[in-house]
Formats: sequence, structure tokens, C-alpha cells
Amino acid sequence: MTQDVRDRVIAIIAEQAVLEPADVGPESTLEELGIDSLGVVEAVFAIEEAFDISVPFNANNPETGEFDISSVGAIVAAVERLIAEQRDRG
Amino acid sequence: MRRVAITGAGTVNALAQDVPGTLAAFRDGRCGIGPLDFRDVDRLAIRIGAQVRDWDAEAHFNRQELALFDRFTQFTLLAAREAIARSGLDFSGDAGDRAGVVLGTAAGGVNTWDENYRTVYEDGKNRVHPFVVPKLMNNAAASHVSMEFGLRGPGFTVATACASSNHAMGQAFHMIRAGMCDVVIAGGSEAMLCFGGIKAWEGLRVMSRDACRPFSANRNGMVQGEGAGVFVFEAYDHARARGADILAEIRGFAMTSDAADIVMPSRQGAARAMRGALADARLPVESVGYINAHGTGTAANDKTECAAVAEVFGHHADALMISSTKSMHGHLIGGTGAVELLACIMALRDGVIAPTIGYQEADPECALDVVPNEAREARVEVALSNAFAFGGFNAVLALSRV
Repeated sequence: MTQDVRDRVIAIIAEQAVLEPADVGPESTLEELGIDSLGVVEAVFAIEEAFDISVPFNANNPETGEFDISSVGAIVAAVERLIAEQRDRG
Repeated sequence: MRRVAITGAGTVNALAQDVPGTLAAFRDGRCGIGPLDFRDVDRLAIRIGAQVRDWDAEAHFNRQELALFDRFTQFTLLAAREAIARSGLDFSGDAGDRAGVVLGTAAGGVNTWDENYRTVYEDGKNRVHPFVVPKLMNNAAASHVSMEFGLRGPGFTVATACASSNHAMGQAFHMIRAGMCDVVIAGGSEAMLCFGGIKAWEGLRVMSRDACRPFSANRNGMVQGEGAGVFVFEAYDHARARGADILAEIRGFAMTSDAADIVMPSRQGAARAMRGALADARLPVESVGYINAHGTGTAANDKTECAAVAEVFGHHADALMISSTKSMHGHLIGGTGAVELLACIMALRDGVIAPTIGYQEADPECALDVVPNEAREARVEVALSNAFAFGGFNAVLALSRV
């Protein structure tokens, strides 16, 4: 499951960055990958669709919001947590 | 070139369904934002807005009219009736040939689209009302104004997202200044507070779930409103000759394009528009006492707009007042500049500056006098009204006291 989540999140981010998944590592930041604010919003949407979850992300305060997008690894961890939380709830 | 006066004003918005009520709300710093009330609101993540409450369409329009008037047209017509009554103008005889109408809307009859998509997609019906097209079209409101008042000169609708009404009013100003018309009914309206309208906006993730707090460090997005603002723009000499009460004079207008990004604002584009409006008006930057900000309450707009004001006004930026009335009436998208022009008129005519309410924490990136939370008395000679749209289209009007 964890491997699968990581790979799928990386695939979404790689597509947004127009890179190969192999070039997207857990330490990469979205800024380094060349993803702008509109790209982040589109990636969050793709993640919600892929995992059928709701991501609490507000583009006004991306750094301070509940959804940590400081690195690819942080996003993977946040998605895993949301999947667990929203599975329990549902 | 001819001078241009404003001789009538009308509005419908979440604060009030007329100008006196709206100005009273501005003075009191009242908030028109609250829980949204429409079908399927429980399926939305964003559930607040500045909705027009207790809207009694049947009190204003008959059954045949209601079949043709989307909510944005209804708001427009009521505002136009107030504005034209206030101006005392009569368009009978040849006067109608010299009068036009230019209105802004970003999306026109959104409620009509929404309701009829439901009918065919959700309810599975294969038939819709025969008037869906004339009801939803973006120019419906302007057309109905021309018909109700007999305005037979130029008429059209402008769509530049959040700058629509300012572009419309700028066009009206140019048309009178150039001698094309003696009178132009100008302004704009929007009514997209419905399930489909808000669902689309949610996607951008720029909407606040709790409040509109422009320039406040803890702001977290925009809040949508609905309604209309309509004005009578009239050749100054024409207004003077008939002894009309002039609310304010339109002195200049400028529009610029960022040519950069479809959603992110640009300091340079905003600055060029403000500078351009003052150059067009032949007024020095030091003459400006008040700016009605675009002030959406998003992180991006507010810091960009403040930086643009600092760039254009230099030291004078600390002496002028700038407020965002969106904190009270919400963001009316294509109608917003029209409702906000009322705050400029109030500043010039009544010497009362509408506040930015919801202001809680100073933001060093918005370090201007934003008239926090309480209206203020001040004599203002010149006011600017800013509108900066998605798509990078900026439109700024300069007005002066009469």
C-alpha cells in the first residue's frame, strides 16, 4: 500500500513537472521541480481523484496549511495520513 | 473632449437593495457575508457568501418577465431603475437615440445554466424552457435595460472577469467624452451563487471557508457575493444644463494587460493601470485621498496590490487611505467594480471612507492605511477604483468631487 501510494503520488507530481518519475525524489520540493501555484492546485486535484480523498489545501497559505507540501516526501506522508483518516471515517 | 458626470446610482447587493441602505452599511461597517442558502449547498466545501437575502422577484417583475430574466438581469434592472429615477432623466423622444448602455458581467445567467443542466443531466428530461438562451446570454441584462428605458444608442456587454464593470464604466466614460452619447447607463452585475457556480470556484482553492479579511495577515481567501451596481454617466454640460445633482465626476480611466499569467496578478500591470488613470485625468498622485482597492482577501492579490500602490504613490502611499469593501459585500466578480464605485462616491460626496472590516492582524506586506474596521470621516478630492481580473486585465477609474 505505502509503496503504491508513494509511486502514484510521484507519478502525479512527475506528470505535472513534465519529468520522469525516476527524476522525482522524496527530498525534491515542488519549486525545484518547476511546479507553480496553478500546478500545485492541479496536482492536489489529481491526488484527490486518484485516492478518493479530500485534501485540506488552501492556495492562500500553502506553507502554513494542514496539508504539508514542503517536499514530495511530505506530500506522500500527508496523503497516507489522509487515506487512513478518511478510511476510518467512511 | 467633454467632461463626464455621474448623475444617478442604483444597487442590489447583500448589504441592501438600494444605495442609501448600502451606504449606511458601509458607514456602519456591516458584514453581508453569511451561510449560503441554495440547493445542494451541503455538497460544497465552501458554504459562505454574500447572498442577496429576501429577494422578492415577484414584487418587481411579472410572470412573463420572470420567464426571461435570470437573477443577474433582475438585479441589474432593479439597480437601473433606482439609478435612472435618481438622475431624473427621461429618454422619450430623441433623447433615447443619444443614450446607451454598457454593462459588465463575468458569467451572465449562471443560475439559468445550472438549473437547466440539472433538468437534462440530473433529472434526465429531454426538454427545457424555450427561453433558456435569451435568459442566460451575457448581454441579456444590458438588452433589457435598453428595452425598459428606450435607450436606442450603443449597447453591449463587457466580460473581463473581475474587472468587467470597471471596463464597462470605462467604455461608457470614453463614449460620452468622445461625443458618441450624451448618457450611458453603466455598471455591472453577477449572480453565480448557486451549486455549479461555487463548485467551479472551489476548484481553484482560493476561497475562504470562514471570512473575507482583506489586508489582514490571517486572511485566507476571497468570499463571493452577488448583485448589481448601475450608474447614470452623463455629459457634464448636459447634466449642468438641466440642473442635475452631480454625484461625482469621472476624470480618467486606464486599462492594462499583464500579459503574464492567467490567474496570478502582476504588480507592474496594476501599477501601470493606476498611473495611467491619473495621467488620463491629468491629476498628480498627491491629489488622491482614497483608493477603493481590488482587495480580494487572497494572499496573492493583497500583497501585489499594496506593492503596486507603494510603487505608484511613493511617500504619498502612507498619506492616502485604501480600503476593500469586499469584506462587507463579498466579491461580486463581474459586478464588483460597480458596487465598489459607491464607496468612492461616498468618500467624495459625503466625506465618509468605507472601512475594511474583518481586519485582525497587521501584515508587513500590506503596510498601508487600510481604514481597518471602522468608517472614517475625511475630505477627499480624488478617488481611484481598482479592478484587477483573472486573465491579467486591469481597469482603474479616477473620480473627483464636484
